[in-house]
Amino acid sequence: MRVVRAHRTLRERVADMWEYRELLVGLIRKDLKVRYKSSALGFAWSLVNPLLYLVIFYVAFQVVLKAGIPQFPIWLLSGLLVWNLFSVGLTAATGSVTANAEIVKKVAFPREILPLAAVGAALVHFLLQASVLAVALLAYRHDVAWGYLPLLPLGLFAVLVFAAGLGMLLAAINVRLRDTEHFVELALLAWFWFTPIIYPYMTVGNQRAENGFLVGLYTANPITPIVVTFQRTIYNRLESSSPGGGRLGEIGAGTELLPGWGVEAYLLLLLYTITLGVILLFIGLWAFARYEGDFAEEL
Amino acid sequence: MPPAIQVAGVSKRFRLSHETYHSLKERVVHFGRTMSSEDFWALRDIELTIAQGETYGLLGHNGSGKSTLLKLIGGILAPTSGEIRVAGRIAALLELGAGFHPELTGRENIFMNGSILGLSRREIERRFDEIVGFAELEQFIDMQVRNYSSGMYVRLGFAVAVNVDPDILLVDEVLAVGDESFQRKCLDRVRQFQREGRTIVVVSHGADLIRQVCNRAAVLDHGQLVFVGKAGEAVRVMRRHVLGDDADGGEVPEVPIKSRVKAGPDGPQVKVTNVVLDHPGVPDRRYLLAGEPLTIRLQYRASEPVADAEFVVTLYDAENRVLYAADSGVLGVAIPRLADEGEVAFVIDHLPLLDGRYTFSVGVRGPGVLYDWQERQYSFEVMNPGSVLGYVDVAMRFEARDVGAAGDAEGRAVVDAE
Repeated sequence: MRVVRAHRTLRERVADMWEYRELLVGLIRKDLKVRYKSSALGFAWSLVNPLLYLVIFYVAFQVVLKAGIPQFPIWLLSGLLVWNLFSVGLTAATGSVTANAEIVKKVAFPREILPLAAVGAALVHFLLQASVLAVALLAYRHDVAWGYLPLLPLGLFAVLVFAAGLGMLLAAINVRLRDTEHFVELALLAWFWFTPIIYPYMTVGNQRAENGFLVGLYTANPITPIVVTFQRTIYNRLESSSPGGGRLGEIGAGTELLPGWGVEAYLLLLLYTITLGVILLFIGLWAFARYEGDFAEEL
Repeated sequence: MPPAIQVAGVSKRFRLSHETYHSLKERVVHFGRTMSSEDFWALRDIELTIAQGETYGLLGHNGSGKSTLLKLIGGILAPTSGEIRVAGRIAALLELGAGFHPELTGRENIFMNGSILGLSRREIERRFDEIVGFAELEQFIDMQVRNYSSGMYVRLGFAVAVNVDPDILLVDEVLAVGDESFQRKCLDRVRQFQREGRTIVVVSHGADLIRQVCNRAAVLDHGQLVFVGKAGEAVRVMRRHVLGDDADGGEVPEVPIKSRVKAGPDGPQVKVTNVVLDHPGVPDRRYLLAGEPLTIRLQYRASEPVADAEFVVTLYDAENRVLYAADSGVLGVAIPRLADEGEVAFVIDHLPLLDGRYTFSVGVRGPGVLYDWQERQYSFEVMNPGSVLGYVDVAMRFEARDVGAAGDAEGRAVVDAE
């Protein structure tokens, strides 16, 4: 017996989503298949984007600006890949309901599946890229911070929860206000530079004494804990030891790159992001509960 | 047995904003301006019970709320208030192949579409061959769907939807698509579902489809339920609402009788002063049943006696085509002299018309003069209680001889007659 009514409890809706879990898998599979179906390189394309970023930033920062970060490729990729997971997942989730207007208008299924599938597809890409990075690390016998390694699954969980929560909320808004999508693209561009991915966290973190409030604000960025955790674990180098300061000035021999906190501090920061993510997820679910009954009509 | 579908006090409101700013930019630009929005009730307090095994029609013109109701039953929209209880798995044939992705192959789309419709992967695997067989796409199943013809596309969509093995099938006028043989196949499948005792809800403004397949039907008008009952009766109610014509068939309309073509002002005048439709049926019934008798009585007044008058009647269908035209002369009655006031009648023993509202014109003429002509000012309505379609009640029987192995000793087939 199925009941259709205006207000369904959270429990009923989560049960619905669980029942449709195969659709979630199916949608992710479809997304991947469709993206690479008619392309010659196939999955290799998902590696092209980070590699291009790597080349551009290497030239811009290491060659032109002489930032002097040692092992720059590992530095960049350890933060960039997880950022891309967030950025791609959030963008796709925001547009997920409008992009699937055809099925939303014609078929009944829990609409929450759509933003979740968008984040899921981004996760598959991330895992693919990360495994290539892992192989590269093995080949170079790069030493990761083993003690911090258990933080990575938690960091991954944090970014997924946060992207799913925010994405779900934005997907619901995007049905009514269509240029939420464009707004998200711009916001992510600013957010990227607001997050220590290319430059080290400590270039900002070191100024806590002078600009305590601003640094606090900067550190409140919920993606920062995730990126820094990945960098701390994979890049595993707190200071630059290479000789000679660059023109960026700050980064020379012995310059701090990452905070020297212990595992517990990183854990706390991740829990902060996860908490925010869970709150957003509830708001997102609420937004869907409130508006999904009209999605079919608004599209 | 609980009802298959129980609609209890369901209303659905849509917000229509007069200035729809669909983007942030527009909203910011127009910030502060009052967003006047209007509530539009697509459905209001709908109560409906559909029993298991019933084939139920939802009739109504465009905007009556019938499709909204179907989407609510299907769970695609949520009601503003009230609730709908549905017993069993639903498959909605709202648009065949909704969610097919052109880049994927037929095989991949079957799995995708099946899981959108709520099937597990294993269930789809079990039905896969049947789906492909029904769609007749064995050779093309690993081809990308974008290379399919539109017919193949529709076939695949229908095949997936009906093989979801639903307890309740929702159909929204999709049976009208595809080529004729495929339409027949769809209709056959619907009939098979009926025999298997599944519940079917059909939305249509096509009265024929409802009459053909439904046991019962509801008529919606501007979001209100105006009628629930037998399908044939619903079709009649529906037609009244579609035509926006509340004049009761069988009664003389209030339209003032006016002469369109006048006889010479100086000559004698003959006018039809009143038209009465006489059908000796149930007095409170405002329509005829196919095959019933009908008499059209004309009352006339002649200002002075005229010679060789003829009364004329012409019947039209809803599209203004002449169905039948005759006058008293060709019907074999000469009126050498017509004077004062009186009444004549066109008598039809068995009206051979099926469903519809029919109009007619009446007039009087003499040699070389048209005294009076009242063009299509009257109408009557016929309701077809049976399931045959069309306009004309061709009294037809069916016989079968030597049709197969199920025959008796004389080789005559055993045919169940109703």
